[in-house]
Amino acid sequence: MTYIKPIFRHPKLPKNKIGYTLKEYEGAISNLCAGCGHDSISTAIVQACFDLSIEPHKVAKISGIGCSSKTPAFFLGNSHGFNSVHGRMPSVATGANLANKDLVYFGVSGDGDTASIGMGQFVHAIRRNVNMVYLVMNNGCYGLTKGQDSATADQGSKSKAGSINPFQPVDLASLAVELGATFVAQSFSGDKGQLVPLIKAAIHHKGFAFINVISPCVTFNNNVGSTKSYDYVREHMEMTSKLDFVPQESEIKVDYEEGEIAQVTMHDGTRLQLHKLENEWDPKDRLSAMNAIQRARAKEEIITGLLYVETRFGDLHDILGTSDIPLNKLTAKELNPGGAALVEINNGFN
Amino acid sequence: MSGAINQVSRPSQVNDFVVRFANVNGTGSASANFLFAKAIFRMGIPVTPKNIFPSNIQGLPTWYEVRVSEKGYLGRREGIDLVVAVNAQSFEKDIQSVRAGGYLIYDSTKKMHNNLIREDIHYLGIPMMEMCNTHFTDPRQRQLFKNIIYVGALSVLLSIEFEVLETLLAEQFAGKEKLIAPNIKALKLGANYVLEQFQYPLDFHLQRRDLVKSKILVDGNTACGLGAVYGGATVVAWYPITPSTSVAEAFDKFAGKLRVDKVTGKKNYAIVQAEDELAAIGMVIGANWNGARSFTATSGPGVSLMNEFIGLSYFAEVPAVLVDVQRAGPSTGMPTRTQQSDVLLAAYASHGDTKHILLFPSTPKECFELTAKSFELAEYLQTLVVLMTDLDLGMNDHMSEPFEWDDNHEYNRGKVLTEEELENMGRYGRYLDVDGDGIPYRTIPGTHPTKGGFTTRGTSRDEYAAYTEDNKAYQRNMERLLAKWETARELVPAPEVYHEANQHNFGILFYGTSTYSSEEAKDILEAKGIGLDAVRIKAFPFNATVKDFIASHQQVFVIEQNRDAQLRSLLMMDLSIAPEKLVPVLNFDGMPITADFIAKSIASHLFQEKHLQHDLYQTHI
Ligand SMILES: Cc1ncc(C[n+]2csc(CCOP(=O)(O)OP(=O)(O)O)c2C)c(N)n1
Ligand code: SF4
Ligand SMILES: [Mg+2]
Repeated sequence: MTYIKPIFRHPKLPKNKIGYTLKEYEGAISNLCAGCGHDSISTAIVQACFDLSIEPHKVAKISGIGCSSKTPAFFLGNSHGFNSVHGRMPSVATGANLANKDLVYFGVSGDGDTASIGMGQFVHAIRRNVNMVYLVMNNGCYGLTKGQDSATADQGSKSKAGSINPFQPVDLASLAVELGATFVAQSFSGDKGQLVPLIKAAIHHKGFAFINVISPCVTFNNNVGSTKSYDYVREHMEMTSKLDFVPQESEIKVDYEEGEIAQVTMHDGTRLQLHKLENEWDPKDRLSAMNAIQRARAKEEIITGLLYVETRFGDLHDILGTSDIPLNKLTAKELNPGGAALVEINNGFN
Repeated sequence: MSGAINQVSRPSQVNDFVVRFANVNGTGSASANFLFAKAIFRMGIPVTPKNIFPSNIQGLPTWYEVRVSEKGYLGRREGIDLVVAVNAQSFEKDIQSVRAGGYLIYDSTKKMHNNLIREDIHYLGIPMMEMCNTHFTDPRQRQLFKNIIYVGALSVLLSIEFEVLETLLAEQFAGKEKLIAPNIKALKLGANYVLEQFQYPLDFHLQRRDLVKSKILVDGNTACGLGAVYGGATVVAWYPITPSTSVAEAFDKFAGKLRVDKVTGKKNYAIVQAEDELAAIGMVIGANWNGARSFTATSGPGVSLMNEFIGLSYFAEVPAVLVDVQRAGPSTGMPTRTQQSDVLLAAYASHGDTKHILLFPSTPKECFELTAKSFELAEYLQTLVVLMTDLDLGMNDHMSEPFEWDDNHEYNRGKVLTEEELENMGRYGRYLDVDGDGIPYRTIPGTHPTKGGFTTRGTSRDEYAAYTEDNKAYQRNMERLLAKWETARELVPAPEVYHEANQHNFGILFYGTSTYSSEEAKDILEAKGIGLDAVRIKAFPFNATVKDFIASHQQVFVIEQNRDAQLRSLLMMDLSIAPEKLVPVLNFDGMPITADFIAKSIASHLFQEKHLQHDLYQTHI
């Protein structure tokens, strides 16, 4: 069975600045379980891209394998997607990004896909500061292979079958901060209000933008005793800040009291305006981000929102010094040195 | 200790001998030995140098073999005429490696043990260390110039023109002219010692010729790196592994000169040292998917790691280019020796029904051309192309025709739809076989706002790239991939058939670095009255010519450098050939195959099968 939506456009559907309706950012109908957290994240991505008026085909969606990695088919149907191999999305995204620096890259992964089989590639994509949004739909289990614990499952968390996870979890957000990711955020699939501006900010960030989204698996890990269930996350969420995303051309409206506001100017001039809820935290200070994460952990809270952002560093293209024209647009004229150059090269070998 | 020995000396031979240098690695011997080989090349005489090196940075034995051949045979030859033995560790073994009647040059600073004396060879002792200590003060120079001293000695013993050596040193040290004089001094020390102490030249030596013409002396990895620049590669991802490392390094070096924008100083390429081979091939697939020509280079262990992605390239029909510089086996040690032992691994890499296009260059010029060509084939056929070279071809210098490029050649990017084409067409189907050749049309991300977008997957999709687990759709797709394979069969480079009409009952078939020695073996056997037809394979799948060649001979000898007769298996599988038609001739000790070995193997088979008379087999070959 294939899932292609009937095309129906309501004449009065609102359009964004470049004339597209929200529908044009949607994808095929999801075949995930009803209520799966991943579907809410897809909806948030659709909303963010619509709001930002990104041309749908200027996005490339790349994923690994898992329920989460299937989602690129369910958002931005006019964009190219690549459901690649388990745990290797970062390398495919890195190669794709090197080929064309002008697209927006959405890397979609799961906690199994990233924190286990794909840990090595995750780490190295961060090191290289690949300009992409790296979104983990984190449900603490392997959904697609039917519910095994993943490496992000909390110690003591109970599975649906009743077993208790005895192992320490991998905390992807603190790992990303530790490794020097230049944008690190954490959110919850059930909090669209927070997720949408975070995705927008991540898209505008030039460099590696990591969002770890807790995304409950209703089929295998939404039971009592699981620390990745809807109920548990709702009860234990603690926000760093309320985030407003201010596009380049808009003016900043200061609605908050002085002293509670933190502002971050992105590479392209857009600004993030953060209404801080956490006092001892500064989004531009890596140490305070680490501390905020650890403080929340000690209290068995899940800290959400933007955790850390660094806008001073160049991305992989800047580091490598590649041409301004995307490499995939170069023609033989720029690429081929021609027969004459070979004469000289041959002379070097005789 | 030179002088009369119990051996009839061979008649004086010009331009036909083998010299072997036995050194300790990391002592600077490589550049001295290359100077020796290059000087012969500059004298217009065909030469083949081969490095036999350990998997180590400093301190282990290393050998460098130089074959000189007036007739232009470039394969390795057995029977070493002269050994320069300056490694105490391997000294005993090195003495044994000299052919009867041959020569050994050694450092006579310390007296040699009597039990190391062989009665049937000549010993030429030169007190190299003592000379260095007397004439040089810097400790590093004392070590380095020992090597230059023996080159100086050889120049007199073998009649190397001294001016040629001087010119080469001047070229080598252009910009560091200070170093020229002490090098020449060391050369002269060696030369003068011979002039005073020994008879010269030896019974085999050199004479200037004009046999080199416009040929170049270059290694295959350099040629592959350059070929990738010319082939239009823009994204390179790689992970260091001997013997493939210098492919990526060569690309980087040439691109750094030829691919940098003069105005902006920015690079028209990107090269990334990946965290492992999985990531390297992942990046290559990502870049190709996104419309850039991209490749990686590795060796067997890397190919093993890349298996899952290789299957993805096949099923998802994403172009990719992989240079496999083959080596001997896993781990460390033997891997710095050569083999053609990844043939089956590469041909059928990955899970599910997969098979991949292989190209087999046999010279640096072909490395250059076929690397460039692999991008065309990969894009046209939307699949992985593996360039199968090996350590011998990749890391040793070979005398080769010069590189050439046809400026009229335009890159053929294959069936890629443009924005206008998408705009003006009906429904686009990524996996539709529109032209009946099994090759569907690709779209590159970012081309058209509303048409041509789809999700790339390994399997589970229909002709329109929509998700489906329908078994019929899967089977249709697999059959189309097979149709594409048949299209590839006649698109890949055709084999080289050595005679237009087949004249003999028996044929030989070979590829890659088995070529030089196979050609020479054919001549050796022909001189003994055993005529053979020959064909050189350049690609898998095998095209019709290969099938015809095998069909028109009683038996065909398949010559290769692996234990399991891998190409023979591939021929049997791909062309449904009966096993008894193909006789394996196999060398797999890690050393490049020799003509002697091939000739003997073939003669012995023919004798056992009673195709040869006893006396003919007995003749020394
Ligand atoms: C190499 C390989 N090993 C194992 C699998 C099987 N597999 C498919 S999805 C998956 C785990 C997915 O977990 P996660 O990334 O957390 O995604 P989720 O389904 O939970 O969203 C595994 C192990 C595979 N596809 N490939
Ligand atoms: S199994 Fe879990 S993760 Fe997978 S679709 Fe169902 S709810 Fe979502
Ligand atoms: Mg999961």
